[in-house]
Amino acid sequence: MKTGVAGTKESNDALISVFESDMLEIEIQSIVDLMYHDQIEKVIRETLKEEHIQNIRVVCVDKGALDYTIRARLITALKRMKSDD
Amino acid sequence: MMQTADVFGADSVIFDLEDSVHINEKASARNLIKDYLLGHPVLPSKVILRVNAPDTADYSFDLQLLDTLKIDGIMLPKASEKSTKALAEMLKRKEESLGRQFDIIPIIELASSFLELKNIASVKGVTGLLLGGEDFCSDMEIKRTREGKELWFPRAELAIVSRALGIDAIDTPFADVNDDEGLTQDALMASSLGMTAKAAIHPRQIPLIHAVFSPSNDQILWAKNVLDAEKKASKNGLGVFSLDGKMIDQPIIKRARTIMQKAQRYEVGVPENEE
Repeated sequence: MKTGVAGTKESNDALISVFESDMLEIEIQSIVDLMYHDQIEKVIRETLKEEHIQNIRVVCVDKGALDYTIRARLITALKRMKSDD
Repeated sequence: MMQTADVFGADSVIFDLEDSVHINEKASARNLIKDYLLGHPVLPSKVILRVNAPDTADYSFDLQLLDTLKIDGIMLPKASEKSTKALAEMLKRKEESLGRQFDIIPIIELASSFLELKNIASVKGVTGLLLGGEDFCSDMEIKRTREGKELWFPRAELAIVSRALGIDAIDTPFADVNDDEGLTQDALMASSLGMTAKAAIHPRQIPLIHAVFSPSNDQILWAKNVLDAEKKASKNGLGVFSLDGKMIDQPIIKRARTIMQKAQRYEVGVPENEE
């Protein structure tokens, strides 16, 4: 199975892992889940759309990252998954 | 740290893609900086990018971040005359296509860089020189100490060349973030040799550095009195005059103006005259 990982579990960052999948699955573990779960999911969905990816499993372990960090980490994880060919 | 980069009052913030980023994380760091620059609502007043050395594969990828139009300058590691000129040429082309100017801050951290110091500093676009103390000591095979005596000569030479060419002389960072006294002494030594700024590696170092490099109340008051006296003397057609029994001429007036410009830059108000 192809995978890609980017980011860290340090404060203000997020560790994002992506796995080859035949369906879209987004799993979010966040220290601010109660308030920002929907926003984090929105950023992940929008970034996947920009990258023309429909089916994938994304696991985001968020430590208070802002939108641009989640987006950057997801893009890097996707690139790493592609280069894992 | 990146999320709060704009709030600590630094004159500029350096985003490092070189030594603080592991070789396997370079592309990831570039992505992060790119999305930060394009997506963060408030950026630091000045954004400087420390790129990887020109002889690495990452160098050209790093410079692509200039296309974000959010970067004010490039910090060039292990600078030589050749690499600084090559960067200036490349930036000239970028400036033409992007319609904005970029600062160049060469890092002087090799013994060989000192042989070319004047030529490096004279390259068009160079607005300051940064002394890289750790790498310099490594190149010289000498020990970097808390007291910093080993950096006396490089600091002095870099300060003299920078002053002569009217650019910033930026001192090397002080590595121990928990040693406030050591940082203050280090900054005082750099300042006494003519360095005009100092790099920080942690936000808590910024107020201590500003305290050393911004003019004191006494200096500002003296400068204001000199400039006030100059105005009066000028009205009376005097080029040289005295203040508190001391002769004031053009070099002293120039120094007073520099202090007031610094006070303005660091937003230090003019203190009340105690007379």
